[in-house]
Amino acid sequence: MQFCIAEQPQDVGEASLHDITDPGEFRSALRVWLEENCPEEMRDGAGDEASICWGGKNWAFASDAQRQWLNRCASEGLTVPTWPRAYGGAGLDRAREKIFHAEMRRINARAPLQSFGIWMLGPALLHFGTEEQKLHYLPPIARGEVRWCPGYSEPGAGSDLASLQTRCEDKGDHWLVNGQKVWTSYADRADWIFALVRTDRDAPKHKGISFVLLDMESEGVSTRPIRLISGASPFCETFFDNVQVPKEQVVGEVNRGWDVAKYLLTHERQMISGGAGGLTGGGRALGAILSEDAGGEMDTVLRADAMRAEVDTLAIGLTLERYKDQAEAGQGAGDASAMLKYMGTELNKQRFELLMSSGGSDALEWDGPLGSRPADWLRTKANSIEGGTSEVMLSIVAKRVLGLPG
Amino acid sequence: MAKLVKTEEEVMLADMARGFLDEAAPVGHLRALRDTGQTHDPALWAEMANMGWAGVLVPEAQGGSDMGHAAAGVLAGEMGRTLTLSPFLSTAVIAATALRHVAGDRAGAALQAIAAGQRTYALAVDEGTKHAPEASQMAAHKVGNGFRLNGAKTFVVDGGNADRLLVLARAEEGLTLFDLPADRAGIDRTGTAMIDSRDSARVDFTEVEATGDDVLGTVGDAMSVLTPALQAGQAALAAEATGLAAGAFGMTVDYLKERKQFGVPIGAFQALQHRAAHLWCETEVTASAILNAGRMLDEDPENATLAVSLAVSLAKARANQTAKLAVIEGVQMHGGIGMTDAFDMGFYMKRARVAAEWLGDYGYHAERVAQARGF
Repeated sequence: MQFCIAEQPQDVGEASLHDITDPGEFRSALRVWLEENCPEEMRDGAGDEASICWGGKNWAFASDAQRQWLNRCASEGLTVPTWPRAYGGAGLDRAREKIFHAEMRRINARAPLQSFGIWMLGPALLHFGTEEQKLHYLPPIARGEVRWCPGYSEPGAGSDLASLQTRCEDKGDHWLVNGQKVWTSYADRADWIFALVRTDRDAPKHKGISFVLLDMESEGVSTRPIRLISGASPFCETFFDNVQVPKEQVVGEVNRGWDVAKYLLTHERQMISGGAGGLTGGGRALGAILSEDAGGEMDTVLRADAMRAEVDTLAIGLTLERYKDQAEAGQGAGDASAMLKYMGTELNKQRFELLMSSGGSDALEWDGPLGSRPADWLRTKANSIEGGTSEVMLSIVAKRVLGLPG
Repeated sequence: MAKLVKTEEEVMLADMARGFLDEAAPVGHLRALRDTGQTHDPALWAEMANMGWAGVLVPEAQGGSDMGHAAAGVLAGEMGRTLTLSPFLSTAVIAATALRHVAGDRAGAALQAIAAGQRTYALAVDEGTKHAPEASQMAAHKVGNGFRLNGAKTFVVDGGNADRLLVLARAEEGLTLFDLPADRAGIDRTGTAMIDSRDSARVDFTEVEATGDDVLGTVGDAMSVLTPALQAGQAALAAEATGLAAGAFGMTVDYLKERKQFGVPIGAFQALQHRAAHLWCETEVTASAILNAGRMLDEDPENATLAVSLAVSLAKARANQTAKLAVIEGVQMHGGIGMTDAFDMGFYMKRARVAAEWLGDYGYHAERVAQARGF
């Protein structure tokens, strides 16, 4: 009898998805993983405001399925698939990221977690943060344990953001913050805020700004929700009254916060342009939804409008993909991200106008047969204002991309 | 999944093409041809053939450079930028793709002649004012072992100068594609004076005799050869129109920086800045659809899938729309000078209109997008 060395049994189920570098094998393994781990209730493709999982210390899960889906994805790093493993991500390269999104769309899976920590703070910390800051702040974002909100605009600083006045003084062993922010997204439910503050009142306006991280539970922080035309209050006013902030909570250099802000705004622009809004194609065609609303018979004008919107949706989706591919090849979008933001948000407004049209009188009822559609429609009107208005985006393109004078 | 970034080779090809075309065939070249009543420049085409452009889709075995559809799009885009007139689309893209889908020595020899720049083609499919190949009524009656063709084709682009015609006709078995010499007895070509100063013809067929050898592919199954050829042509034409938009846009932005009114460059006015910026945004979005169509065609050489059809129609629809916007805005932002024949913008406007109509207008391709997307 011959003695042979037994082969180690290969249990594919035990290997982590992120260890699989071959795209084909990754796709197969991911399919199996999604089949086993994505709860049925999370496969309805819902992306409306009410179905989003935002996470955070005080997050009340809408269902067990929502909790399971978040935790399962987080344990594989799939809430932030491209972040490095050390910070809670899956470390996927662009090829596998594309596969991940394609497979998620294939089963119509909801995003397990959405947050300003993922879209905005995370990219800023990955670029400007110290190693300590990354290890401290990023993993809780990836796990959905800490919910962040942005603190950018002020009553007197909207499109002219750099004129912001919230004061941040050096008190030796801490910073002291006083002032007011507005349009702070869900500040009343956020655990932390990342804010732009003025640390040098004498410097030119872009050169006296710093980027600080504040715990919303700090003494002196208060919030007041703003009721919008949709009836919802996704934004707040946030007040800082002698708030003490530990010295290590500045990201990047003191007085160089505008660099962080600009970098972060490019991410925000890409996000608002559709990356997070399901615009990137692959999902259900707008025309199909409109047709269903209209009982299979769209009138001529609606159908023509639907075709135009579909053409533009697909082309803008491809443009988002192209810019991501370019970024991976080392060609950052820079000021051209203003184009993504402008085109994506204007299209989204148009899409919701069509959805209101196809819904007819059903779409006019609050919480009627079409659910949140009227509220969602009204919400889209902010798309071309928040994160820089369409007009500001066009001016950025004109001056910085095309080099026009003035 | 191929990346939507131009490869190093594609960037080099574009630079090389741009250098050549700026020298050999700028817009002034088209103007000179128009002013002397010409619609073809054989010497220019010979140079393009020498650079491998005529054989861009011809296999190396037949003397081609076989660079693929994305590369053909790069070349077409650069030719669009300078409004270069050549048989590139009809011959190097459409006919070469059709011939590649046919087995046999004759097709091989034809491909060889295309790559060498020795043979040009025109596609004769449409009969009405709109692109509708499947509605072709031209008759191919069986006579003995061959056919007799009767009917008329309109808007046969490059049809006045081409050596051969790819003709779509209806046989008893269904639509059939013929590859005929343009001078065969019974073929009568009438050149039409087109707004873009290029070659187009109405072609009448009276008792034209064709043999079984003249059939490209299978009798009654034209579409398996014609569909990929049309898709390749539509993608390359979309690339040309997008290059055209970029050319018109470039002229316009330069003008905004130069032209002074009220004591300042007019490009300092926000009203014009925003128009120009919007136009740039549209060209960027369309460029993505163009690159994607080239990639999809290269990844699926049979061109058979719905995904390819969607990608091509998306590109053509977007390109039609963007080129139209670019020339309308181009004239408006140039003001009065944009309306003069002495200035080049009018050439861009007229070519944009023809390119938008040829091989399917916005409505045709948007409809195909809608169908592919399930509505």
